[in-house]
This record gives sequence, structure tokens and C-alpha cells, in this order.
Amino acid sequence: MPALDLVANVVVSGILTGLVYGLMALGLSVIFGVVRVVNFAHGEMMTIAMYAATVLFAALKLDPFLAMLPVAAAFFVFGYALQAGLINPFITRPEHSQFMLLVAVAIILVNAMLMLFGPDARNVQVDYQLDSYELGPVLVDKARLFAAIAALVAAAGLFAFFRYTLTGKAIRACADNYLGARVVGLNVKHLYSLTFGLGAACVAIAGCAMVLLVDVTPPLGPSYTLLAFVIVIVGGLGSMAGALLGGVLIGVSEALAGLFIAPSAKSMFSFGLLIIVLLLRPQGLLGKRA
Amino acid sequence: MDRRRFSRNMALLGAAAALSPFGVARAQAQKLKVGVILPRSGYLGFIGQSCQKGADLAPGVIKEMLGVDLELMNADFESNVDTARTRAERLIQEGAHVLVGPFDSGAAAAIAQVAEQRGVPLVINIAAAPQITEQGYKFVFRNFQTAGDIVRNGLDLIGELFQATSTVPRSAVYMHVNDTFGQAMSKGIHALLPMRTQLPFKIVDDIGYDPAAKDLSVEVSKAKAANADFLLLVCRLNDSIILRREMVKQRWQPMGIVSPGSPGMYEEQYFKTLGKLSEFSISNVPWYNPNAKLTKLVERAFKKANPNDNLVFHGLNAGFTFEAILIAADAFKRASSTDPKTLADAIRQTNITEKMTLGGPIKFNAKGQVEGIGSACVQNLHMLPSVVLPKDAATAKPVFPVPGYKKA
Repeated sequence: MPALDLVANVVVSGILTGLVYGLMALGLSVIFGVVRVVNFAHGEMMTIAMYAATVLFAALKLDPFLAMLPVAAAFFVFGYALQAGLINPFITRPEHSQFMLLVAVAIILVNAMLMLFGPDARNVQVDYQLDSYELGPVLVDKARLFAAIAALVAAAGLFAFFRYTLTGKAIRACADNYLGARVVGLNVKHLYSLTFGLGAACVAIAGCAMVLLVDVTPPLGPSYTLLAFVIVIVGGLGSMAGALLGGVLIGVSEALAGLFIAPSAKSMFSFGLLIIVLLLRPQGLLGKRA
Repeated sequence: MDRRRFSRNMALLGAAAALSPFGVARAQAQKLKVGVILPRSGYLGFIGQSCQKGADLAPGVIKEMLGVDLELMNADFESNVDTARTRAERLIQEGAHVLVGPFDSGAAAAIAQVAEQRGVPLVINIAAAPQITEQGYKFVFRNFQTAGDIVRNGLDLIGELFQATSTVPRSAVYMHVNDTFGQAMSKGIHALLPMRTQLPFKIVDDIGYDPAAKDLSVEVSKAKAANADFLLLVCRLNDSIILRREMVKQRWQPMGIVSPGSPGMYEEQYFKTLGKLSEFSISNVPWYNPNAKLTKLVERAFKKANPNDNLVFHGLNAGFTFEAILIAADAFKRASSTDPKTLADAIRQTNITEKMTLGGPIKFNAKGQVEGIGSACVQNLHMLPSVVLPKDAATAKPVFPVPGYKKA
């Protein structure tokens, strides 16, 4: 039986990583919740954000936490343009067409990254990357803690936007009733594009945070897309709080599985959790029943 | 000529034309086409690129040595075993007379099957899983230690290290990648360690992990909690970098990190990425002889081709890859043929005494395995991999236990 301080260390690390996972999945959940399109290029977009952070760090010595603002802004514009120019025409088409469209976007993004950056791993090396805080027997990795705080702040900002701003309320109205929103004169296509832009900005922030924790390579994308799917399905597709909860649950369960079973069984455990949730609560932990 | 005779003659002509690229023309070829298959991208990418440097030197140096013309056909298997199989198939279809590679045991096992089925010789540069040369293959040859040899030599060198530094560690936590190579090494370690009575330590925990892991925080927490005197590590490159960083984050400072024989910690990328944190890591691995005549020749060519690079970072990868191509070229010269069976027979008769790596001459046993390849204890000192044992090949003294890390 592992010692209590070891379990505490592993759980804290799992929660912090899970919050960054949660922010990444939040983008996917927001886009699906409103636009009803599943973004199969989600992980690839996050990988691009990670590369953007490494490029800004290499060129301007810009800390990834400061890089979050310009990268998120660029991703917002990219997301808006992608939705307005490419995805909006597919909104009323069958789901398999939307699926193929976004899979094609994902493949193009991976290959573009391979051409631009090559296959080698890249990272950023900031001063505090190897530091940690000592809280009694628990060591908290500084970079992981900052990344988790950034994820929480970004998620809180997004919650506030949807709850307290007129645009946010309008987007929620579109999500609740597409036809009703059009009848009352809302520019639904513009609001969809805004939503996709916001989802992309979330991914950008998550990518800038994640680059402090893992090295980036072009083939990283599909594994993050898969992870985001697992998280939103566990948390509840379309539920913002569910995405964060799902992220934390996956982060902690993977960490505990690594500790108690075998480190190589980590992914197996998160997929096991997915199957249990699908069997017992198909709409996800915080999702609404269709 | 009647219709029947005309048809028969045309059929014979067709058969001759179809066979010519594989038979007569092939046997009389003036040039040996070498299919070099390496993981130049993916998680083994840096090591694959390092091996490639050795391959790239081969045509020029070997032409100078043996007067043999070589054409390299390079293929990247992207650190993926399935891709390795298909790349090997394609190289053979495109006319490779011999295959060389692939650095990885899983890929080597897959390529060996293809080579055997297609009857094209495969000369393995680096891959240690013993089973590869235990299958009774007729076209598969390996000029590298098996996992058993690596572990045996690696453990003996650990004993010498403790003796040379007058240290007596009592416990080790064993961490290893859980791929084909890692599992073969683990088997060897668990089988051989109890027989090495001169080694004073016991393994207190055994932690396997995914070689493509992006985060090793849980694994390092677990290893740290084992409270062992030192870390016994079987790793690859990327994971060794992640692991070293995580050790610093978790403030874990054992007496040292010692690999009984795996890649990673002597690679250039390990130094580049970790800076001063790369210092003092120890790898007991098959190594090259810096004083050998052939090494000097290769070193000159290496410097010319890579003016900003140092052979010491690529000695093992480039050395064994170069030697694998040398074996193929030497066989081609003796056989004067590219016929696969004749080439394989010639490779079996190899006896190369002028070699670059440590150990005896390159001679294959009945299983296609070279025996007697030597190992060295290589420690990272002053930002260079330096031989510290055996004493007669050492360029520096070993440091163990290692001093505490400082921020890079």
C-alpha cells in the first residue's frame, strides 16, 4: 500500500493536469453545445497552439503564460474564419459530411505542422519549469500549478461571458432553440462563428499551458482529440462544468491507476471509466438527457 | 513460324524479360543497393537521425576502403513497427539488395520476417531483443549485442564502477520502458542479477512505463517513494529527458542514474535539452573504440560532412550503422554478386578485423549473431559522454555518488 504522502502528491498532480485537460475539452464542449458540430480537429488545433507558444518563446523569449493572450486572439480569429468560411455551409448537411470535413481539416493541420516544424519534439524552457512548492509532504510542480490556475481563470471568464453578457446569452439562445433564435432576429451564423472562435481560444490557452508540461510534436494532435472526447463524454457533451469535472476525473484516475495498478495501464483506466459512464449515465456526469 | 511456336517463343521472351531485373541483371550489378531503414521521425527520431549520419558516410568511406560502389535507399519508419514492415516491403520492391537497420527491436523483428519471406539479407545495426536471432532465420544477421549480453556486460561494469569508486549501494529502483527492448532487458536483469553475487544491491521496485509517455510524474513519484540508493534505468531518449526533468521537479537525488545498457543518456539531444542536468548520468553500453584506425577514417569523413557536430555524440549509433553497411559491402565485394542468397552466404563468412566498435572481429555464428562485442561505462562529464571504465579504455575517472544537481 503506497504511503499517504505519495498518494497526495499523485492526486495533486492529477488534479492540476486534469484542469488543463478540462480547459482543452471545454472548447470542444462549447462548440458542440452550441454549433452541434463535433470538432475532430480539436487536438490538432491545440498542437498548433503549443507550437505557437514555442515559436514566440524562441523568437521573443515570451513566457507561454504571456503568449496566451496573442495566441488566443489569433485562434479566436482563426476559429471564427473557419466556422464562417468552411463549417457554416455544412451546418444543415448530414453528420457524416461534417465529420469528414473536420477530419480532413485535422489531417491538413498535422501535415502542415510536419512541413513547417518537422517531426522533432520542441519545448520551452522557462526559469521556473523545474521548480516546485513544498506544502508539507506534498510537492507542487510550479509550472503545473500555474497552468491549472490559467485554466481555471479562462474557464471562469468563459462562464461569465455566457452568463452575464448579451452576446453570451444570445449564443445560449441559439443553442437552446435554433429556429426561435432566428425568428427573434439573431444572426445565428455570426453567433456560431463567435462560438467556434471562443472554443478555439480556449484550446489556444490550454495549448500554451500544456507546452510547459509536455514536449510538442505534430502527431500529438489525435491523442489529444481522443482525450478531449473521453473527457466531454464523461463530463457530459455540451456541459461546460462537466468538461472541467471530466478533465479532473480523468487526470486523477489516470494518476491513481499509474500508482496503484501500473503506470502503463493509465490510458486503459480512463477508457474503462468512459465505458462505465456510458453504461450507467449515457448523457455524462453533468450532461442533460436528450 | 506457326501460331503455337510464336506463342511459346513470346512466352519465353516474356519470362526472360520479367526475370532479368531479379536474376541475371541483378547478379551482375556493379552497385550494391542498400535499403537503410531507420526511425528518423517519431519518438525515436533523434536516434534514427544519429544512425543516419553513419549511413550517409558509408558510400564514400567504403569506396575508399574497398572500392565498392554503394547506393543508399533511405526509408523512415516513423518509430512505428507496422510502418517498418511496409517500408521494408517497399524497399525490396524497389530493388534493394540488402536491408540495414532499424535501431529498434520491435521493428527489427517485423523487418526480419519480411527479409526472410522475401529472401533478402537484413543486417541489423542496433536491436537487442535476443529472439530476433533465435528464429532460425537464414537471411538475418546482427552485429550488436543481444539484451542478455548487454545486461551481462552492463552489470559487470556496475560492479567495476562500485569497486572503482569504493561505494556499496544496497538498493536500486528499476525503471524501464515496456517495449520489446525494455522487456527483453528486464528479463535479462531479473535472470542475471541474482547470479552476480559481487553486486551488493537489491531491486526494491520495478516500474515499467510507455516509451512514448508524455508525462512521467506518477512513475517518478513511485520511484522516489521506494527510497532506493540509486536508479537503475533502461530508457530511450525522449523518456530519459522527461524523467530527468521530473526527478529535479520532485527533488529526488539518488546516488546516481545508471543504465545497464540502453540508449538515451549519451545522445546529443540529452545534453542539448537538459544542459547541466545531463551531467553524471551513466550508461554501460556497446561503444566505439576512439583509437581504432577505422574510427579515425570515419571521424574524418564525419567532420567533413558535419562540421558543427562531434562524433562522440553519435559514436554508437553511427558506428554500428556504418559497420552494418560495411558488412554488406564486404560481402558484396567477396561474392561479386547481388543475388540475395549468394550475398547471405558471403555475409555468413564475414571476418572483419579492422572495425570501429569495441570487441573482437565481426564474425557471425550459426544463428547470424556476432559474439564478443565489448561494452564501456560511459559517464556524462563536462557535457560529453566519456569512457570511465574499463580502465584501459578510460578517458576520465568515474564520479559516483554524483553531486547534487544545480539548475541548468
